[in-house]
Amino acid sequence: MAQFTEERLAKVKEIIARYPDGKQKSALLPVLHLAQEQFGWLSSETMDYVAGLLQIEPIEVYEVATFYSMYNTKPVGKYMFEVCQTGPCMVRGSEDIIEYIKQKLGIKVGETTSDGLFTLKTVECLGACGYAPMMQLGKHYREHLTKEKVDAIIDECRRNAAANN
Amino acid sequence: MGVKLLLDKAHVEGIRYYDVYRREGGYRSVEKALKMSPADIVEEVKKSGLRGRGGAGFPAGMKWSFIAKPEGVPRHLVCNADESEPGTFKDRYLMEFLPHLLIEGLIVASFALGSNATYIYIRGEYAWIPDILEQAINEAKANGWLGKNIQGSGFDCEIYVQRGAGAYICGEETALIESLEGKRGNPRIKPPFPAVKGVWDRPTVVNNVETLAAVVPVINMGGEEYSKIGVGKSTGTKLISACGNINKPGVYEIDMTISVEEFVYSDEYCGGIPNGKRLKACIPGGSSVPILPANLLFKTAKGEQRMMNYESLSDGGFATGSMMGSGGFIVLDEDQCVVKHTLTLARFYRHESCGQCSPCREGTGWMEKILKNIETGKGKMSDIDLLWDIQRKIEGNTICPLGDAAAWPVAAAIRHFRDEFEWHVNNPELCLTQNYGLAHYADAREVVVS
Ligand SMILES: Cc1cc2nc3c(=O)[nH]c(=O)nc-3n(C[C@H](O)[C@H](O)[C@H](O)COP(=O)(O)O)c2cc1C
Ligand code: SF4
Ligand code: FES
Repeated sequence: MAQFTEERLAKVKEIIARYPDGKQKSALLPVLHLAQEQFGWLSSETMDYVAGLLQIEPIEVYEVATFYSMYNTKPVGKYMFEVCQTGPCMVRGSEDIIEYIKQKLGIKVGETTSDGLFTLKTVECLGACGYAPMMQLGKHYREHLTKEKVDAIIDECRRNAAANN
Repeated sequence: MGVKLLLDKAHVEGIRYYDVYRREGGYRSVEKALKMSPADIVEEVKKSGLRGRGGAGFPAGMKWSFIAKPEGVPRHLVCNADESEPGTFKDRYLMEFLPHLLIEGLIVASFALGSNATYIYIRGEYAWIPDILEQAINEAKANGWLGKNIQGSGFDCEIYVQRGAGAYICGEETALIESLEGKRGNPRIKPPFPAVKGVWDRPTVVNNVETLAAVVPVINMGGEEYSKIGVGKSTGTKLISACGNINKPGVYEIDMTISVEEFVYSDEYCGGIPNGKRLKACIPGGSSVPILPANLLFKTAKGEQRMMNYESLSDGGFATGSMMGSGGFIVLDEDQCVVKHTLTLARFYRHESCGQCSPCREGTGWMEKILKNIETGKGKMSDIDLLWDIQRKIEGNTICPLGDAAAWPVAAAIRHFRDEFEWHVNNPELCLTQNYGLAHYADAREVVVS
């Protein structure tokens, strides 16, 4: 059963209080972020739970979850490499970086490694064009990427995963 | 060194925190504003000539004066921090390094507009920035600049940060409002305009981060003094985020009296093109504005020096000019392929179309496909005309300006670089391994700067 932690439930209450009475639907995007943080992705069960919390119809949640690119409606790897491929990053070598990650992890864009650790995604401009090539990894950006940096990031993720097991 | 009004304190150690920011003169504009009437503040902003920094360049004071004031209906200010236009990363810089400057501007603007609850809508990918902003908000609140009865003025104001979740279209103000209401980011048909019916059907003003930060120097200096900086209708300073093939990518504040050439080659700004390469083309104001070949970048068609301001960048209209846009300055050197670069932008707009209008939904997909064919040597000569046709059918025929934003880059690429498109069609094998190069668009200076 999808169920928020007490702390997250308190956060939901706090978010709803930001809007006028009866406009709690406005909390939908922030609450979906909270849900994804806790569960890793948005299953239909999770979405139904969010609908219940905000007293809106489940379809209102599905519509939104499928519109925005940051919500995962399918499971993803523990570490998602979201590499920018738009023009400004391309002219600074993003294609080589994407190619290198593919080789190194043995997956194609959109795939997850068989150990469930890594997913590779290409994304469109993330507002880091001056620090290209770059990728998003969780909450933060990794910028000025080189092959050596990619190696180090992969090692770092593997170490963290091992430490958390 | 040009005048700096926004980033002058950016390098002061600890400026992100309240104590340092306040010691450096922060929150003076709020002290001043609270002694003025809201109408007088709007008047100062009008006098300043400050134009919206989000892309369209609409005068901020004018926009504020349009907000409807029906009896008993709350009004809202919404700060547009969605910043998703390729090439643009200036708002991020302001929020990361000078969060209190934005909060200060938001308090003044909220007071002027009568917004007791103000929202910052920030793109979801900037996931670490809400923490920075919330820290600044909490500090401001602890020091009596936010919350109930600010500085004993009787004015109450709260600022909330809301994250989007990955959708360029939510930068369009009515899509942003839909998103803030917890819906898909489908732009609304206008009218009614947000100034009359915005978020929760209440009168709303949506302004860009940089616009709202610029309100601080406007109030501190007075509108009249602010308007003396810059030239003509390009008053004050503008943040430019420079990227692509330059030595010093980054965010620069310019006072709109410098030339494009100086901006590209001076060490104070972009620092020239790396590896002794020559400049081929530039998109001066974010991906939506027309690309210019080097020979039209530094000089206008009339042969005058092109300057980094609203009027000069758009001199010549779309035939030979471009736009200031959001200030996303993208430089391409002689090794770049214009067809391929345009393809990445076409893919971007196809990906970001909300799908409501068929010219935009279908047209962006076709443009991407045709560009892909041309880029990979599978195109026909007639494809170039077809591409031209499609972009014309999108422009002006859609609910929101994303359609235009998708059409313009393609139009400008064909207009100025048609021979490069044709070369791809005529050299289907060669174009896979080699680039067209500079041809006649060579840097007008004909100087190789290394
Ligand atoms: C497709 C599209 C995307 C936009 N993205 C942004 C954006 O990311 N940030 C922004 O400030 N304005 C953006 N705008 C412009 C806004 O609609 C609006 O004009 C702006 O926020 C007004 O603020 P300003 O007057 O202070 O510039 C976008 C417009 C369109 C059509
Ligand atoms: S122009 Fe495109 S993005 Fe704008 S409303 Fe129409 S389909 Fe949506
Ligand atoms: S193009 Fe990659 S971050 Fe902007």
